Amino acid sequence: MKLTVDRLHVTLDRTPILRDVSLEAHKGDIVGLVGPNGSGKSTLLRAVYRSLRPAGGVVRVGDDDVWTLSARTAARRTAAVLQDATGDTTGLTVAGIVALGRSPHHGLLGRDGAEDRRAVEEAIDHCGVRAYADRDYASLSGGERQRVLLARALAQSARLLVLDELTNHLDIRARFELLNLIRATGITTLAVLHDLDLAARLCDHLVVLHEGAVVAAGPVLEALTPGILRDVFGVRAGAGRHADGVIRITYDAQPLAHDRAAGRRR
Amino acid sequence: MIVAISIGAVTVPVGDVWAIVWHHVTGAGTPPDDPALDQIVWRFRTPRVVLAALVGAALAVSGAVLQTVVSNPLADPIVLGFSYGATLGAVLVITLGGGAALAGLGVSAAAFAGAVVAGALVFALGQRRGRLAPTRLVLAGVAVGYVFLSATSFVQLQATPTELRTVMFWMLGSVAGAQWDQIPTVTVVVLLTTALLVLFGRRLNVLLAGDESATALGVDVNRLRAVLLVLSALLTGTVIAVAGSIGFVGLMIPHLVRLTTGADHRRLLPLTALLGAVYLVLVDLLSRTVDRPNELPLGILTALLGAPFFLWLLRHNKGLD
Repeated sequence: MKLTVDRLHVTLDRTPILRDVSLEAHKGDIVGLVGPNGSGKSTLLRAVYRSLRPAGGVVRVGDDDVWTLSARTAARRTAAVLQDATGDTTGLTVAGIVALGRSPHHGLLGRDGAEDRRAVEEAIDHCGVRAYADRDYASLSGGERQRVLLARALAQSARLLVLDELTNHLDIRARFELLNLIRATGITTLAVLHDLDLAARLCDHLVVLHEGAVVAAGPVLEALTPGILRDVFGVRAGAGRHADGVIRITYDAQPLAHDRAAGRRR
Repeated sequence: MIVAISIGAVTVPVGDVWAIVWHHVTGAGTPPDDPALDQIVWRFRTPRVVLAALVGAALAVSGAVLQTVVSNPLADPIVLGFSYGATLGAVLVITLGGGAALAGLGVSAAAFAGAVVAGALVFALGQRRGRLAPTRLVLAGVAVGYVFLSATSFVQLQATPTELRTVMFWMLGSVAGAQWDQIPTVTVVVLLTTALLVLFGRRLNVLLAGDESATALGVDVNRLRAVLLVLSALLTGTVIAVAGSIGFVGLMIPHLVRLTTGADHRRLLPLTALLGAVYLVLVDLLSRTVDRPNELPLGILTALLGAPFFLWLLRHNKGLD
């Protein structure tokens, strides 16, 4: 499903966090949202999954402004995997966590039906968590947990996927496995990623946020120019397509002294 | 329950108890022709056991819900200040004397009012810019509880020794005063509220995923918290009003069930209600048998019996590591 963010303004505690942000993700696209800490990436995601009401502008999923939809209807369209601590102490099993994804499909009196079981089973299989489906979520490793949360999002049967730092703190193998799982879903995705290399591998398009505004957007090589890498991320680096077709970023470990103060907020 | 009715200061044969209860409930059968026995069984013990079951179920369910609502395993009606509110209400009426009973308020009504006032205060203080934050709610509950507790202590200082004894007994909880005319209201409130909370089971599960994730799963987190707080204050207020402030059930029973059968609220809440009911019936049975014919307040026994078992379970459960 298509995502349109149109001239979005978001204010938190009277501080403007996002200013005039626009972006689009077409059906089946994977759009990466990159930028330094504090640039407004997570806030933008919150506006998309209908947690934060914008001060101006509009977020459309499909043809509808998300704030004209009920919370449940919006959640049937958009699923999110976020950074908040899905509790270590929940006491839910892996299958129980995945089944949470079905909740937007039910009112108070709703009971699980064949459709729910099918969606949960498919998500469990797609994410390869069958082997530990009956284990306590708290007993899993970081990589296993992220797979489970992704499975929960897939069980939601949504047509837009929102991911916040899905691969943080994971080892390199787990990162690549997750990237492949996301690619294989074919669902329109908006993903916040810290690791620019991963972003370049996963995404069709990148949107670079800096201090609450979009400073670059487009195909990976057009968005990550040496100028953007220097001014926004404060590093001397270049992105380029290698012989195997993969875009990689080469960093010069020497930090840019004057940019520490100018470009980075933390 | 039948066994619990048969044992007491006077032991009644289980068969007779069954015959008497059966007769009163259905009007059929031939009960033993002994008015004293009938009095003991039907007029005193049966309502008492029924009330113990209702109170146990209500406290346990409300503890289970509150623990999830404020994302804190230590939460229960006491931590959130509901119990102290009820205590102040009751103690005020006891010490001001029956004659001065605030505009005709009985002890029960005052206790209920106290719990609701405490709930409203916690609710008002626990929000910031219209958001009910879990940590803020717990802290507000603890603070409100302390205020009510010190007010209660102050009132107690003014009380006479006889009043103090009543106050003590009330504060530690008891179902000894159970009467048939209390049972219908309490039954209706406890059953309806518990059933409603069970319907919220799926959403309570979603709340375990964290606030932002729950929002993304289509739950209006704020409104859900508000509704659940109101329902659990109503549930606790109703039973504390008739049985006094009984600790530990609301904290321990939910954890017991979670540790053994998992945290899915759609199963957790009914099982918690059941275990809470059984537990309090047993505790009440002990309270009137260990020191016959004297009675011990329930609050003493709930913790005395429950805590060691709970600690044993904690040590033997690997799921927590």
